[in-house]
Amino acid sequence: MAEFFQALASQPFLQTALIAGLLASLGCGVAGTFVVVKRITFLAGGIAHSVLGGMGAALYYGLDPLAGALVAAVVSALLIGWVRLAWRTQEDTLIGALWAIGMAVGVLFIAKTPGYASDLMSYLFGNILLVSERDLWVMLGLDALLLLMVGLFFRQFLAVSFDEEHARLRGVPVALFYLLLLVLVAVTVVVLIQVVGLILVIALLTLPAAIAAHYVHSVGRMMLLATLLGSVFTTSGLALSYAPDLPAGPTMVLLAGAVYLASAVLSRALAGWRARRSLAASLVARMDGGSHG
Amino acid sequence: MSGAHPASVIELAGVSFSYGAGLVVEGVDLRVADGEFLGLVGPNAGGKSTLLKLILGLLEPQTGSVRVLGRLPRETRRSLGYVPQYPGFARDFPITAEQVVLMGRLGLGSAIGPYRRRDREAARRALAEVEAGDLGGRQIGTLSGGQLQRVLLARALVGEPRILLLDEPTANIDQRMEGEIFDLLRTLNERLTIVVVSHDVAFISAYVTRVACINRTLVCHRTDAIDGAVIQALYGEPVRMVSHAHGHVH
Repeated sequence: MAEFFQALASQPFLQTALIAGLLASLGCGVAGTFVVVKRITFLAGGIAHSVLGGMGAALYYGLDPLAGALVAAVVSALLIGWVRLAWRTQEDTLIGALWAIGMAVGVLFIAKTPGYASDLMSYLFGNILLVSERDLWVMLGLDALLLLMVGLFFRQFLAVSFDEEHARLRGVPVALFYLLLLVLVAVTVVVLIQVVGLILVIALLTLPAAIAAHYVHSVGRMMLLATLLGSVFTTSGLALSYAPDLPAGPTMVLLAGAVYLASAVLSRALAGWRARRSLAASLVARMDGGSHG
Repeated sequence: MSGAHPASVIELAGVSFSYGAGLVVEGVDLRVADGEFLGLVGPNAGGKSTLLKLILGLLEPQTGSVRVLGRLPRETRRSLGYVPQYPGFARDFPITAEQVVLMGRLGLGSAIGPYRRRDREAARRALAEVEAGDLGGRQIGTLSGGQLQRVLLARALVGEPRILLLDEPTANIDQRMEGEIFDLLRTLNERLTIVVVSHDVAFISAYVTRVACINRTLVCHRTDAIDGAVIQALYGEPVRMVSHAHGHVH
């Protein structure tokens, strides 16, 4: 750890990595909370994995993979959203198909791109140490877009996440806000891919929010706590992985996963303890009432 | 309430609907007058809930027409308050009762930014009106069936509707609470038109001004020629039970 903090002061690439982790945390806090409360982890997984198709195509045609990822994420979010809105009965099969097709397209493009095979691993599992300063600006811009949209239309996103039928009755354009929410999830996925890669994205997107849900009970507070947890996981994952030269992405995800499991056990125990305590309190109250009456 | 010719606030003419196999609702003509408290009764799967969804514009009839306040349901939706039988949300969603009620204010005022102070005041008033003023800060997952029903009623009222539609509002609560909810509806009926779906004719007939029985088709007295005199006669008098040929409700 000490070695990491010394290196952090002198190595610009580590500083960039640290900032990338913090920018990613904002995405996992805000978009991740909606993914968790709306229970669309599977949809988000589909979006994340089909991003590889866009990255592969961009590489093959000599374009910027980040731009390819962004286009692919938005297209697959709209496609998956449309599938969900129009084909409710076979939704999961269709999303599973898009998930796999996107990856297959990506792998084929990368295989046919000379000299880029090694990039495949960093797309799949991320390499936060390779984030460039320009990537940081893109991540910052995407975060700003996310915060702006959620800030302007928080009520609508909350209503669509909570009760679509009621939102429709109140005149909220449900399909529009549903698709917009998925696009924001897609944008967040692209930000997170820079840090942990597309296979592990789903962990960083959902685990901090899921942990937060154990302790706070409003969507706004979940967002705050999940952002905080996300920054703890990315920063300490980076720090822990530095000295033993481990890949940073899996270290972060393992950390988040371990805390999530421990928290799930702890919160269940806490709920049980509270239930017993309130039962005991009501028994005592009844006995008191009896002695006076 | 508009003088000599109280208008129908809901008009269904020859409405038929099918989810795919067989008609659920067939050839229904129904007019609901301003200020009525209509009980929509009938056997399970008789099409009662479907009829409500047609009135709300959540479903479109294959034939026939639905008019609410003289317009298409889609255009007048916000004048309707709706309490569904099965709310479309997860009970463990991290949200307070007051936040749920506030959602009934969507569609009023600006689409951008947070709820305004008048929205919060309206939510508090609505909760107080349904005698749930103390529940505002509670997580919805911690509410009992009866408490949740009051909160959903407040959510329907906070949007200042002209018509209130309720689908089996007392299906999951005990009998004492059932009476309380219907007493509340009777008070609300002083300013709102109410349509309530129920399978329990005997119970609701003590409260409603008219009963319409639906079992795919409508079997109902006084569907036509609702004039002022009839409304006058219906008010303040014990409700006449509709006797009908179908023997499945009791």
